[in-house]
This record gives sequence, structure tokens and C-alpha cells, in this order.
Amino acid sequence: MVIDKIKKRGNKNIRQPENKGDIPVGKWLKCEKCGEILYREDVRENYSVCMNCGHHFRLSSRRRIWQTLDENSFQAFDLNLKTVNPLEMEDYAEKLKHLQTVLEIDDAVVCGTGKINQEEVVICVMDGNFLMGSMGSVVGEKITYSIEKAIELKVPLIIFSVSGGARMQEGIISLMQMAKTSAAIAKLNEAGGLFISVLTDPTYGGVTASFASLGDIILAEPNAMIGFAGKRVIKQTIGEDLPEGFQTAEFLLEHGFVDKIVERKDMKETLYRIIKFHK
Amino acid sequence: MPKSKELTEIEELENMVKELKNISQDKMIDVSSELKEATAKLQKLARKENSKLTAWQRLEIARNPKRPTALDYMDIIFDEFMELHGDRVYRDDEAMVCGLGRIGKQNFTVIAEQKGRNTKENIKRNFGMPNPESYRKAIRLMKQAEKFGRPIVTFIDTKGAYPGIGAEERGQGEAIAKSMMEMANLKTPIICIVIGEGSSGGALAIGVGDEILMLENAVYSVLSPEGFSSILWKDGTRVKEAAEKMKMTAGDLKKFKVIDKIIEEPIGGAQNDVEIVAESLKKAIVSSTKRLKKLSVEDLVDERYHKFRAMGEYIK
Repeated sequence: MVIDKIKKRGNKNIRQPENKGDIPVGKWLKCEKCGEILYREDVRENYSVCMNCGHHFRLSSRRRIWQTLDENSFQAFDLNLKTVNPLEMEDYAEKLKHLQTVLEIDDAVVCGTGKINQEEVVICVMDGNFLMGSMGSVVGEKITYSIEKAIELKVPLIIFSVSGGARMQEGIISLMQMAKTSAAIAKLNEAGGLFISVLTDPTYGGVTASFASLGDIILAEPNAMIGFAGKRVIKQTIGEDLPEGFQTAEFLLEHGFVDKIVERKDMKETLYRIIKFHK
Repeated sequence: MPKSKELTEIEELENMVKELKNISQDKMIDVSSELKEATAKLQKLARKENSKLTAWQRLEIARNPKRPTALDYMDIIFDEFMELHGDRVYRDDEAMVCGLGRIGKQNFTVIAEQKGRNTKENIKRNFGMPNPESYRKAIRLMKQAEKFGRPIVTFIDTKGAYPGIGAEERGQGEAIAKSMMEMANLKTPIICIVIGEGSSGGALAIGVGDEILMLENAVYSVLSPEGFSSILWKDGTRVKEAAEKMKMTAGDLKKFKVIDKIIEEPIGGAQNDVEIVAESLKKAIVSSTKRLKKLSVEDLVDERYHKFRAMGEYIK
């Protein structure tokens, strides 16, 4: 009985992450930005940021949680949701199963409670390795549940976004998750809850056009690509090249859509400071 | 392509109805019983014929350049309409027509995505693809509707929010998100009608309402079937197949409870009789308004929240 319970809990608590879909396996790796050859362990120690050029490598949800929350404080919500494949897409179920096995997460977002320097929070961390972090029924429901939980527990809500947008495999149902999550944020606002939205590389489409843009405070990681329409679509539509730096976090800051760009090493402390300002 | 037996029969009936009407007018002969019979038969056949349309055929009807636009319906539905312009921040975006409308004694705030009816108009209207200013104009006027206790009617008809440099610079994503969030919490009835193409966040941005109506041949989807087939199947030619697969027709969406009510169209599409479609829409707007006005503000907002809260196809 007790052993079973511990086993179950063990699965949900985030341990020091192994290599689940972030930096490629191998002792050395090449920075995709500056080309510098780096020792993998050093990069890990450095918040998965290139020591040479400061490039932020993409993170798995597991590593993100480990970097952001107090040790062993994360407790995932016990939801156990499964999509029913509403469009009966071929291979979709198999694809999900494969990703669930390889990444050990049930869908493109991990949600639960945790602590930041002892401050209790509800946290959602999207995972770009899971179908590009796309939002379908399960992601929409988990995010909505988390927002409602933050209202109930009267604690700050933090969502780390990384997403290609709505999940096409679930068609219109995916689209509706935008309305569902935005409506839940409206409820959170009514209740006076704090929502910090953190945009990471890349955040696009239906996620940008819903909860991710609705934070009381919106943070972004340096150089993260953030937008509504994809670059290729825009280029096709207007038939001209896009300006340099278009849709980067810095571009959004300049145009007034992000409060602050925060380097990964400062993220936890920044979140903590914001929470303290709202106590 | 040779005409099907049913279509020939429908055509014959249509001619007969026309002729009967002429006879009754010109010769003052009472043909009401024959007329009634022919009309009923015609309607039944038309219904049957309409129900046979594939998703692709409906999409073609929805995209027909002759399909009535929001303004075409609004002219008939509202006894009076006054357009109001601008987002009070940057400019007036003409891809959306917003303003005040009246049916009898009931005032409304009207928010409509407006496609052009010809090339010149389409350039002015940006082919019905809104920039962020449209959504901000809509939000401004919907908040105003709440202030004055006016119900809101929105007409959804867009290929999507405009994907341009300026649109991104001015926060297309934020504008759409804000619109949905505000609508979710507005303390006044909201009726949304999908009249043509409802594609992606650009459509849903004005689609968070208490009652969602949809014209029989309108489509509503996460993206175009062209996009769907090229992204998911890496094959831009499987568009027809994508249209069927995506479950984007009014019938499909009613089953998903994404929409509440389907408004019938004449055979071949709304362009064949704008009047009759507009009259059906008017009736639906009036009856929905009546129902929604009876609810307390708390119940109204609560019902709306739970309507969208329930959307999702998953098992625990």
C-alpha cells in the first residue's frame, strides 16, 4: 500500500531530469546559434544557456520545472486526461502514445502546484517536444483546470508557454480551447488573482492569441520567437522579406507587448520578486 | 455535368411556383391551394437536396464571391443601422463594420466581419481579414454595449486575422485574446452568427457568445483545409479530403455543441434568396434576445462560461 503510494508520488514529483528531449545526448554539443563546441555538463549547469553567446537552448518541461521551483516542491495535478481523437485522424493515437512513453508526460503541458522560494504557486509548463506544444482538448482542459485551481487556492498562476498554436489534429475543438482558457483568465481577473505569463521560444498562433497574451505581467526569454502568424505565412501573404529581428522577444518588448525580458538564470528570482510585490 | 433527376424536378417545381404566382397576380384567379402544395413539395425536395451536400460543396458555397456579406443581411435585419468607427488608439480598420442597430424597439450593438462584394471593396475591406484595430474597435463597442445594457450581435465571416508585419507589430495575438476574454465576461447578451467562412482565431475572436448560430452552408474551422492538408499531410492537393476530415460544417459543429442552431439556406446557397435568409436570421436574433434577456446577469455570464468550459473532447 505505502510502497504503491510512494511509487505513484515519485512519478509525479519532478526529479533531477534525465535527458528527455532537451539537449541532444553526447558529451559535447554545438551551439545552434554561434557554433561554439560546448561541454554538455557545463551547459546544463549554466541553465542550458550557451556560455559563449548566451543563446537559450529549448527546455523540456521537466527541466524547466526543476530550474524554476524549489527542490521536490512540485506536485502534478492528478487529472489523467486522454483525448478522444475527435477527427479520427490516422496515426494520431499512436503518435500520442509514443510521445507519452518517450517523454513521460501525458500531453503538451505539465501542470501542478509548487513553491518558488517557499511561495506557493500553481504552475503550467508547456513542452515543445510534444507535438510542438500544440493545444488540443487535453492541454486546454489542464490549463483551464489550473487557472481555476489558482483561483480556489488563492495563489499566483505562472504559465510557461511554448507552442506552435492550436492542435490541428483536433480541428475546431482545438480552436475552442482558446475561448475556454481566455474565459478562465477572465474569471481569475474577477477574483483578483495574479497571472504571470512567460513566453519562451517559440510561442505562436492560438496560444499567443489566448492565455499567453493575457498575463498581468508578461515575461519573455531573450531572443524567443513570439507571434500570431508564422513567418512563412506572412512572407507568402505579403510577398516580401521580413525585417531583421521580427517577432523576437526584443521586438515584442519594443512594441509594448512584453513587460520584461528575463534571462533564464534570473527567472526564478524575478518570479519571486513579482510574487512578493503582490503579497 | 448532366443534372440529377432531383435537381430537374426542383427546377420544374420552381418554374411552376413562379408561374402560379404570375397567374394569381395577373388573372386574379385563386391558386393558393396549388401554390401551397407546390411550395411545400419544393421545400421538402430542397431540404433533401441540401442535406446531401458534402463539406467541400458547402465550402465552395461559403466561398462563392456572390455569397451575401454581413452588410447584405444587416440591411434587411435591422430597421435602422448607424456605423461607428475607430479603435480610439490607432485607426479605423474597415475589415470590420461595427455600430448600432435596431429591430423594432430593441437596440443592438452590431459587430461584423465584412468581406468586399467586388475587387474595389475587397481592397478597402482587406478581403475581410481584420488587423488588430478591428478587434480593438469591437472590444470598445462591446464594452459600450455592456454599459448601456444593449445586446450584441456579431457576424463571423473571415478567412482569418490578417497575417502581416503591421498586424504583428500592433499585437494581433493580444487583440484576439483580449477580445475573447472580454466577451467571456460581458454582462449583456451576445449572439454570434457564422455566416460564411469562420476560420481560426480571427473568427473566434468575436465568437464568444451565449448563442452561436450558423448558416447551413457556412464553415467554421481551426484553419483552412488548404492549410490543414499541407501542414498535416505535407500535401497541398488533398484539400477536398481535408474539408471532409476536418468536420467544419454546421451539422458537424452542432454535434460537437460548438454551435447551437443551424439556419437553413435556399438550395444552392444564401445568394439565391438573401431576403429569406435574412428574415430567418432576424427571427432567430429576436427569439434568442428574448430568451437571454430573461436571465439574470449572473446566470447569463455563468451559462456562457460553462458553455465554453465544457468544450473539449477527452476522457478521464
